[in-house]
Order: sequence, then structure tokens, then C-alpha cells
Amino acid sequence: MSRLLNVSSSPHVRDTVTTKSIMYDVLIAMLPAAAFGVYQFGFHALLVLIETMAVCVISEYVFEKALGRPVTIADGSALVTGMILALNMPPDIPVWMPALGGVFAIIIVKQLYGGLGQNFMNPALAARCFLLISFTGKMTTFTLDGVSGATPLAVLKSGGSVDVAAMFLGRIPGTIGEVSVVALLIGAAYMLVKKVITIRIPAAYILTFSVFVLLFGGHGFDLNYLAAHLCGGGLIFGAFFMATDYVTSPLTPNGQILFGVLLGCLTGLFRLFGGSAEGVSYAIILSNIVVPLIEKVTLPKAFGKEAKKS
Amino acid sequence: MNKYTERLYNGIVKENPTFILMLGMCPTLAVTTSAMNGIGMGLSTTAVLIFSNAIIAAMRKIIPDRVRIPAFIVIVASLVTIVQLLIQGFLPALDSALGIYIPLIVVNCIILGRAESYASKNDAISSAFDGIGMGLGFTVGLTAIGIFRELLGSGSFFGISIIPEEYHIAIFVLAPGAFFVLAMLTALQNKFKLPSATNGSAKQSKLACGGDCMHCSGSSCMSNHEILETRKRQAEEEALEKKKAALAAKEAELKAATEKKES
Repeated sequence: MSRLLNVSSSPHVRDTVTTKSIMYDVLIAMLPAAAFGVYQFGFHALLVLIETMAVCVISEYVFEKALGRPVTIADGSALVTGMILALNMPPDIPVWMPALGGVFAIIIVKQLYGGLGQNFMNPALAARCFLLISFTGKMTTFTLDGVSGATPLAVLKSGGSVDVAAMFLGRIPGTIGEVSVVALLIGAAYMLVKKVITIRIPAAYILTFSVFVLLFGGHGFDLNYLAAHLCGGGLIFGAFFMATDYVTSPLTPNGQILFGVLLGCLTGLFRLFGGSAEGVSYAIILSNIVVPLIEKVTLPKAFGKEAKKS
Repeated sequence: MNKYTERLYNGIVKENPTFILMLGMCPTLAVTTSAMNGIGMGLSTTAVLIFSNAIIAAMRKIIPDRVRIPAFIVIVASLVTIVQLLIQGFLPALDSALGIYIPLIVVNCIILGRAESYASKNDAISSAFDGIGMGLGFTVGLTAIGIFRELLGSGSFFGISIIPEEYHIAIFVLAPGAFFVLAMLTALQNKFKLPSATNGSAKQSKLACGGDCMHCSGSSCMSNHEILETRKRQAEEEALEKKKAALAAKEAELKAATEKKES
């Protein structure tokens, strides 16, 4: 009897997808890149990965306990933040720096604004920029096999030539997670197949960036140069894993394309005309800030409403 | 508490310009890269504030109401020029650290705000004490922010290095760090509930909105407006009621008169 009188509000048809399942899918998708990072950079990279994820989860738990909020560590969002942050770290960073970054990401950027779903910029990227500004030296020293060297993007910026095949596979200095384009693309394909993300933001981002580089790169229609720019730095990682964060990207389809275009232009601007070789992180957090505006201008017409008279 | 100590308490705790009134944010965010700069800026502002308050209060009856803002600015600007020349002459290091922010004291909203809201309505001595209170409140705020930024960002306390360079978090001496520290200290002050206008433990003010800044989401004009509307409506209703009562009385009188006639 009581079951028949179960009254609930719409929607009545529900999917089995939950925040938790999405977060764990993202984690699985990042595993190839993380595994490659550990394989290439050794034990210290693994230590940084585990430590950053642990710090993120613990700070989320402590903060929510202290404020008497419901504890949400089981949904995996703190794990994802920790993993993205760790993958953004140079391989031989002192261990306390990613820990500081994890605390900053979770407490300042995420929890102080109200927790999951309320943060206005990607916590992991905000923490990365925090560390980058604070410890510029340590955050931009990249070593590979014990030798520290310039990243391919820095070489490119100073006019040198780079080996695109090595960049595609990942035998280059860089942060733990961004080096191997192959591993990142495997993860991205997994997320696309599972429909965790749509192709709109990454596609718009990469296309706009390519056009920007071809137009303003100063190398004419040089596909080798373009490929180096696409495989270098955090572009692929950023486009598929960080720009597509649900909380800080637009919900409307047109808005997502606009967001991607904005990202592409900003990244191009920072890389080609900015002071440093890399610009993906700043481009993404700057674009995160304008997401509410993008959503406002691209709000689709509700079904049944009359079109605006022009 | 007499009138003068009340002014000091008001300036330093109850209406602290940095953490409660949120005035003078430009120097607060810009010069607090070290504790010493904070003290320097705070004390220069205090000096200007004391004299500007006293002079404006003394001249309040001869300044025409229409041109009071330009008149205030002229007085403040003269005082700032004096302070600037004194700092250049005797504290050249502080002068180079604070730079443009010394002349900018002229447009500091604490000074103009106190002139407008206190000194132009009160006598010279209490205005001077108001200036001391507000100035010290500003100095305390700037120094507190400066201590934290200096400690975290350049690892020293009043210039004495205590943290090795490796552990300096450089972002704290840059602009974003100022926002972090200011926000954290304001949050702490609200948490510890020193009785102030922002955490609801101060007495009710006579403002139409009740002066409850803590539960006001920044729409004080709106709530003021609402309260005024409500009062207007209440007054109208009262008037209507009175009118009705008068009419009823008249009718009763008329009725009584006709009844008398009939009888």
C-alpha cells in the first residue's frame, strides 16, 4: 500500500550514473598517463602521486569534520583533484610542495566556496598556479634520467628544433602526467566511450589552438611545428582532463564550444606571445572565471517558449 | 567609558577600518608586503587623520555645506604634503618603500569618510580622538596583514630572517597573497566575535535597516527602502483608521441628534 503512494517529483526516469561513478571513470582514464609517468620518472613520481591524493582526501575529511558538514570523501572528487595536481608536478619536486598544493586546492579553492560543485575554478589547476607563482624555480625544473633540461616547448620557443615522435610517445622532460600523448589519448578515448565527457570542449580547444598557431606562429603552414605545439606541454592533458571538469565548464552545448575557442585563443596567446613557454594552466583558470558569463549568453531557448523577436 | 576612550575603542575594535568597515583597501592590499611597511603606512595615515579631523571639526561651522568636499580635500591634501615631505626628509627608506601610496593618502576613503560622517558633526577634541582611534585601528590592521605576509612570503619577522629561503611561499608577497591574508584575518575576527558591526554582537543601531551587517547581503539600501515603505504604509493605514473613526463618531453624533429630534 505505502509503496503505491510513493510520490516523488520529476525527473522520474533516472540513470545509474552518479558523481561517484563519473569520478572513478576519470581516475581510471588518468591511470595510463600516471603509469607512464611512474615508469619514466621512477619511484619519486609514484611517491608524489600517492602523497598528493592522500593529502587531498585528508584535508577534505578534516575540513568537513571541523565544520560539521557531511563528509564527501567517498565520491572520489578529492582523489581526482589530487591526481590531476600530482600529474601536473615536475618529477623531482620536494615532497612538501604538492602537499601544500593539495591543502590549498581542497580547502581554499574548493571547500571555502562551498565544496564540490561550488568552486569557480578548477582546484587542481588553481593549486598548480599557486605553486608555480610561489616556487617558480622548483616548479620549472624538469629532469629526465637524472639530467635536467629544457622542455620541448621551451626549446621551440627559443628557436630550436624538437623530435616530435619522442614527444608523442613521451620520452621528454615535463611534468609527471603530461609527457606521453599516447597514454593521455588512451585515457581520453576511454572517457569519450563511457560518455563521461563530450568531444566539444577538447575539439574546439585543439582546433582553435591549431588555427592560432598556424596564423601567428611565424612558421607559415609548417605541420611539424604545429605537431610539436600540440604534443608539447599540457595541451592534450588540459584539453581532455582539466578543461572538461564538470563544475568549471559550461553546461550548454554552444557554451562548451565557445569555451573551447576561448581556451584555444588564450593558450596560443600565452605560448606564442607570453613570457613563458607554457600557458595551458593559466588559460584554463582564466576561462573558468568567465564560464558563468558564457552560460548566460548561450542559454538555449526553453521548449515551448517563443523565440525572441529580432 | 568616557567620550574619548569610547572613540578609541570604536576605531580600534568596534569599527576597525580594515576588518570591519573595509575602507582604505587600496593601501591595505598594496603596501602590506612587510610588517614595517604596514606600520609606516598606518602611522602616516594616523597623523593625517588626527589633524584633518581636528581642523575640519574646528572649521565645520564656516565651511559652506555645498562646497564641503572640495574644502575637506584641500585640508587633507595640505596635511598629506606635510607628512610626505617629513617622511622624505627623515625616513627615506620608508618613502621609497611606500612610494606613490603616500600622496594617495589624500584619496584614502577612511579620511574622507571620517570627515564626512564624524568630524563635520562633532567638536574638535572628540574628532581628534576619533582620528587617533581610526588611525590606530588602520595601523593594527595593516601591521597584522604585513606580519603574516612577510612571515609566509619572505620568511622574516620585522626584517629578521627566521625561515630559510627554500620554504618561502612567494605568492604571499605578491598581490594574491594580500587577498588571502586579508580574507583569512577578517574571517577570524568574525569568528572570534569581538563585538563589531559585522558579527551581530554590537548593539542595535538607529539606522533604518537595524545595522545588522552580518545578516545583510549587501543590499542595505534595499532593506532601508523596504523598511521606509513599511513605515509609510503603516502611517497611511493609521491615518485611514483615524479617518474612519472620526467618520463613525460623526455618524453616531448625527444619529443621536436625529433620535433626539424624533423623540
